[in-house]
Amino acid sequence: MELLSRNYFELFGLPTQFRIDSDRLDQNYRKLQSEFHPDRFVSGSASEQKQSFQVAAHVNDAYRTLKHPTQRARYLLKLRGVDTLEESNTAMPADFLMKQMEWREAIEEAKNDHNLAELDNLLQLMKVTSKDYLSKLETDLADDKDLVSASSIVRKLSFVDKVTSDIEQIIIGIED
Amino acid sequence: MAYSDKVIDHYENPRNVGSLDKSDPNVGTGMVGAPACGDVMKLQIKVNDSGIIEDAKFKTYGCGSAIASSSLVTEWLKGKTLDQAAEIKNSAIAEELALPPVKIHCSVLAEDAIKAAVADLKAKQPMNKETV
Repeated sequence: MELLSRNYFELFGLPTQFRIDSDRLDQNYRKLQSEFHPDRFVSGSASEQKQSFQVAAHVNDAYRTLKHPTQRARYLLKLRGVDTLEESNTAMPADFLMKQMEWREAIEEAKNDHNLAELDNLLQLMKVTSKDYLSKLETDLADDKDLVSASSIVRKLSFVDKVTSDIEQIIIGIED
Repeated sequence: MAYSDKVIDHYENPRNVGSLDKSDPNVGTGMVGAPACGDVMKLQIKVNDSGIIEDAKFKTYGCGSAIASSSLVTEWLKGKTLDQAAEIKNSAIAEELALPPVKIHCSVLAEDAIKAAVADLKAKQPMNKETV
C-alpha cells in the first residue's frame, strides 16, 4: 500500500522539516486513524484486515514520532542520512556529563529528603534546558543548516528527556 | 526482565563507589554517557609508581546493569597495568554478568569508561613510566 511507503511527514501532509504545524498533525492523525481503524474492516477480507492493521500501526508510529520533538529531530536526521548513534557512541562533551552528574546527585538528594519543592525546581530546570536545546535544534535543522550540531543536540536531549521523566516518576512516587 | 544473581549482587552491594582526586597526577578519570538510556558513568583509576592500578572508584547513574558493569570492572582493574586495563572487552563483562542483549550497551559503557580513564591518565603522564 502506497501509504506505507511515505515518510512520516508526507503521511500527514506535512512538509519534511523540523518545524511542524501541530494542529494539522493532530487533525490528519485523527482522519487517518478513523479511516484505517481495524474496527472498520471486521467484515472485510483477511488481506484487507491485515492491511488496515499495518496502516494503523504505521500511522500510530508516525504520529508518536512526530509529536515528540526529540524523536522528530532524530527521525528527520535519519531521513537526511545522519545516524545519532545513541546506542553505540558513549562519548559526550565532558562539561555536559559533569552537569548530568550534578543533576543526578541533586535529584537523588531531593528524592531522599522527599523535597518536592526542590524536585519541582529541577523539573523546571529540565524544561528550560530542553527548550533551549529545541530552539537551537530548530535553527540547525532549518534548511539542513548544521546537521552535525543537530545530531549532537539530539543526543543531549535524550539525556534531558530521561532525567525529566525520572523526576516526574519520583514526584508521582512521593505524592502517592 | 530478570537480572542475573551477579547483577543483583553488584547492584545491592556495589564495590568501590566513590571518587578519587581528579587533580592527582596518578589518577585518570573517564566519563561517558549512553544517550539511549540516559546513563552516566564516571570511572577513576589510580596507578602506583610502577604503573599498576592500585585503586579504582566509580559513580554511575543508571540501571542495575550499568551499575553492576561498573562495579565489576573496578574489581577487575586493580592489579592490572594500563595496557591490560585497556584490553578489557565489553563482551567479557556481559558474559560475567549474564547480561541480556538489550543490556549489552551497559557493558559497552563500562568498557568505554575504562578506555577514557586510561587515555586521561596517559595524557597526564608522558612516557616517564615506561622508561623505568
